[in-house]
Amino acid sequence: MSGILLITEQNAGSWHRMSFEALGAALQLGTALNLPVHACILGSNVGPLAAEISAYPLAAVIALESGALAEYTADGATSALAWLVDQLQPDYVIAPHTYRARDFAPRLAARFGRSLLADVTGMRLDGPSPVFQRQLFQGKLTADYAFDSPAPNFVSVQAGSFRAVEPAAAGAPVESKTPPAAEIRQKPEPAFQEQGRAVDLTAAERIVAVGRGIREEGNLVLAQELAQALGAELGASRPICDNGWLPMERQVGSSGQTVAPKLYVAVGISGAIQHVVGMKGAACIVAINKDPAAPIFEIADYGIVADLFDAVPALTAALQSS
Amino acid sequence: MKILVAMKQVPARDSLLRAAPSGLWLDEADLGFEVNEPDAYALEAGLQLRERYGGEVVVATLGPDRAEPALRECLAKGADRAIHIAADSPESFDPLATARLLAAACAPEQPDLILTGLQSDDLGSGQTGVLLAELLGLPHATLVMAIDAENGTLRVKRELEGGWFQHLSMPAPAVLTIQSGISRLRYATLMGIKKARSKEIRRIDAASLGVTPAPGLRLLRLYPPQRAKQTQFLSGSPAQQAAALVDKLKFEARVL
Repeated sequence: MSGILLITEQNAGSWHRMSFEALGAALQLGTALNLPVHACILGSNVGPLAAEISAYPLAAVIALESGALAEYTADGATSALAWLVDQLQPDYVIAPHTYRARDFAPRLAARFGRSLLADVTGMRLDGPSPVFQRQLFQGKLTADYAFDSPAPNFVSVQAGSFRAVEPAAAGAPVESKTPPAAEIRQKPEPAFQEQGRAVDLTAAERIVAVGRGIREEGNLVLAQELAQALGAELGASRPICDNGWLPMERQVGSSGQTVAPKLYVAVGISGAIQHVVGMKGAACIVAINKDPAAPIFEIADYGIVADLFDAVPALTAALQSS
Repeated sequence: MKILVAMKQVPARDSLLRAAPSGLWLDEADLGFEVNEPDAYALEAGLQLRERYGGEVVVATLGPDRAEPALRECLAKGADRAIHIAADSPESFDPLATARLLAAACAPEQPDLILTGLQSDDLGSGQTGVLLAELLGLPHATLVMAIDAENGTLRVKRELEGGWFQHLSMPAPAVLTIQSGISRLRYATLMGIKKARSKEIRRIDAASLGVTPAPGLRLLRLYPPQRAKQTQFLSGSPAQQAAALVDKLKFEARVL
């Protein structure tokens, strides 16, 4: 076939929400290149999900089903998808840039002698060829990439970069395929959570989030005082939680919570994409950082370029007296 | 247990990055370099495994001459020896080309376990470990937080999304990419730094590995990110900035 193969993601019969953003990216590329889009769903008993996604403007929906795919494994997903790519011979394979895709998609691409173009945030046409954008150096620079390799080429798309689309009309045919049995070396055990969640950042209207710039655990009190003055919850970027200074449940970003409060105050956070994808939906973003080139200022509504050890106490005092 | 840690030297975290006039790489003048932090966690995991199970830790990198101090730092922290795959412009390799060179140089070592960081802080493709597994025909797991090795079987804890975790078993040899922040990174001791001076760094010319270049990803241009929003910067003393911000949050954004 000539076309685009979209790999969706589901877990025990529930969609990963990024499946629909990747669908948006696949349809955008399909429209630009005038290519049909096929969507596949891996798992066992994915019939209801296949019926649901068939309402989108797709050429076909493929339910790639077997008992061995009931639980995700890297080996199982890679060999089933390699079999499907081999059958369909698509021009492009698109997946959401989830933890799971990071686990199997490079391996899938390598099986065809290709590099995955990972973590794509945008695309445009340059003549007949697509040019893809991704961020390098933790968001400090953007890069344009093109494929020199012949089809199939493999792309994963970053969260929050492509709009999820609305279903158009029912009608894409659904086809069920069973991949051949494959050796699966990973033996997964049931997923588990480590702690009850004491705070729910996703419900907070205001969040003060703190990053590496705070330097020491003892300095967190500055952010706590600001949060108190604002009536805000305290959040953090990954390094703060990695250090054990705040519990993991307060982590905002791709490996933590995705939040969309009315006000988000980023204190000493540089704005790496892994953090930004978790908070760029905030209605109003304030950034306090001593580096005027910090990527957080690209998405901030209000910026204070200053040493946070001067700016934060001053802001706390201004709020308390207002 | 023979553990191979694949690591990378990247621009130092606080560097001011500028694209070179070619637009194809950084202007490296005045740029500092350091061990990619996620790889430092992979090295730490490797050193801890050696402390538990005995054996050897070998670090390997692909990079230009400037990468050698990064290998020396890993040796000072306790790695036993190092492999430097020397290439003048490693930024011209795409993820698969990089992995092919690493795989060709590391396969003769026949390690029981290969560890890498989850991604590099420069290009951030997050693929090297997974690609090494595919090229060497080994099983893999990503975002690993804990490792137990018993009787040729690895049982690892890996991070899923949204606060979920999972245990996973697989036969060794295998490739694991290590989640950052899983343990405290050790510092090189003075004794370690002294010892590192006499440890072996074996240099392999990338061109001698017989890896045929294949067309892949092409970097067209590097440029500063485009602003999604027009940021209003507040000026003045800290008190003046704070007062201006409170005023704007109240009356312009209306979020207070």
